[in-house]
Amino acid sequence: MSKLVISAIGPASSVQDGGRHGAQRYGLTPSGAMDRLALAAANCLVGNELFAAAIEIGPFGAAFTAREGAVRVALAGAPRNADVAGRAVALDTSMTLADGETLTLGFARGGAFSYLAIEGGIAGEPMFGSLAVNARAGLGSPYPRPLQAGDELQTAAASGAAERRIDLPPPVEGPIRVVMGPQHDEFGEDATNLVLDSEWKISATSDRMGYRLEGPVIKHLHGHNIVSDGTVDGSIQVPGNGAPIVLMPDRGTSGGYPKIATVITADLGRFAQIPAGRGFRFKAVSMAEAQSEARKFAQLLRSLPDRVRPIETFDLNIEALQDANVAGAAVSAVDAGTWQIPSADALAQD
Amino acid sequence: MAATISPPRILPSGDSAITVEFSRNIDDAANQRVLGLDRTLASEPVAGVTETVPTYRSLLVHYDPVKIDFDTLSEKLSALAQRPVPPETKARRWRIPVVYGGEHGIDLEDVAKTLKTTPDDIVARHAAGDYRVAMIGFTPGWSYLSGLEKSLHMPRRKDPRLLTPAGTISVGGVQTGIQCLAGPSGWHLLGRTAVRTYQLHRDPIFLLEPGDHVTFAAVDAKTFAEQDRAAEAGEIIAEPIAP
Repeated sequence: MSKLVISAIGPASSVQDGGRHGAQRYGLTPSGAMDRLALAAANCLVGNELFAAAIEIGPFGAAFTAREGAVRVALAGAPRNADVAGRAVALDTSMTLADGETLTLGFARGGAFSYLAIEGGIAGEPMFGSLAVNARAGLGSPYPRPLQAGDELQTAAASGAAERRIDLPPPVEGPIRVVMGPQHDEFGEDATNLVLDSEWKISATSDRMGYRLEGPVIKHLHGHNIVSDGTVDGSIQVPGNGAPIVLMPDRGTSGGYPKIATVITADLGRFAQIPAGRGFRFKAVSMAEAQSEARKFAQLLRSLPDRVRPIETFDLNIEALQDANVAGAAVSAVDAGTWQIPSADALAQD
Repeated sequence: MAATISPPRILPSGDSAITVEFSRNIDDAANQRVLGLDRTLASEPVAGVTETVPTYRSLLVHYDPVKIDFDTLSEKLSALAQRPVPPETKARRWRIPVVYGGEHGIDLEDVAKTLKTTPDDIVARHAAGDYRVAMIGFTPGWSYLSGLEKSLHMPRRKDPRLLTPAGTISVGGVQTGIQCLAGPSGWHLLGRTAVRTYQLHRDPIFLLEPGDHVTFAAVDAKTFAEQDRAAEAGEIIAEPIAP
């Protein structure tokens, strides 16, 4: 056994996996990763099951140190600067930390959550088949709370397998797609249009239970109290103050505010990745379109293991060039004419 | 009566869940139909349905859109929901001990005053009720009970409390309930029970099921303290009673 020691970590970071399902009828919310695609991509890179437990890292920086042996990890999700002993490492690749080596991560850039998967998974005691942290219910393993500096995750010794990268499709752009309902009829046409035609921002007071939205006030037709009914990930509920809240994986299983619309499954992860303060829009789609997108998303998840490739020196250069590109250097990843070997300085900036 | 059952409203909750709504109100007949549809889906599973969540007035049905589409499932649920409510063949009954009043039920005196009666009378009437677990939600094990007698209905507190104790027995509106974990509540606190409706490392982790019947028995503070220690050690404490 090796272990990964949390040397430093910001708030909103916890062990998450595919969540615990089947107990919502008892008031137990599923929890699980905010961005399931990123979790699955990280896990694939180290040969784990798609929804194995990994470290969900919030918007702030973090540092992880291998102890009592080497640890093989992979990073996916929100882009951020990452280095091991001053050597930049790329997103969407696996890497092996030698005993004593530290992986240092900067702030998330243009996203909120990154996932650090650990080869062999995280040792813990599953509850309802899951290690996912749900702090309010006192659930999660090995720590039933967000991670703190000094925490230690027991894991398998690194296999020594060759490192891998994963080719993900380009990120989906455009508005966050929703299906109207279930309590769409508690709102007038004006309120619906306001939701769909306005620019929204995610409030900094958001968390894993819900993302509070900043924008126009959404008025109800008949008051804001309904008899509680069930909620899902992505339910857009409108409380009395008219500021919508999008329910996230740690939501209550039932709620007493009308829900005007629901974020489609395929867009839940990219919605979760919208940083606080950045503007975005919603767009209503038909049920047929939402379900077609849900099936495509399921297909994408299933295809992830086939998208994993060995890293060759050539690939490493592309990754490094793309990193340099993010940092502002004029390099096109597709136009070889612009390629240049980035200097250490170029990689260190940002 | 069976021929006059009105169709429920089928409401989309995103692309992977359907809310089957029987009423917009707290309505015992609607809750019976919710629990009936829940039982039907348990005994005759529909491929693609992954999880059901009963509430007072609706059943939330989670499903996998890769396995079944919205239109097909809507039709199935609509048809199943209009069958006569299947009998509660396996309904369980529990007697749950409660220490009423004092430090354990800080609102009992006020509730008695508001309802113009004595605390003893409130306790007698609350404990004697025959309740049904209408739904479990909000936080793990929070069991909402239907069947509160009319004379005990009262509006919720204007200022919800941010922290109320684990095991709280309270009334709010037309409902009473058993709260398992400490947490916020806008209801009136009548007492506490040592019974854990949710306890990790115990079999079963969740004691009550939607549809179970519940009655209460008043106990003194000393008994509560003993029961609380036993419950902490994993004892169920709630007493199953013959139907």
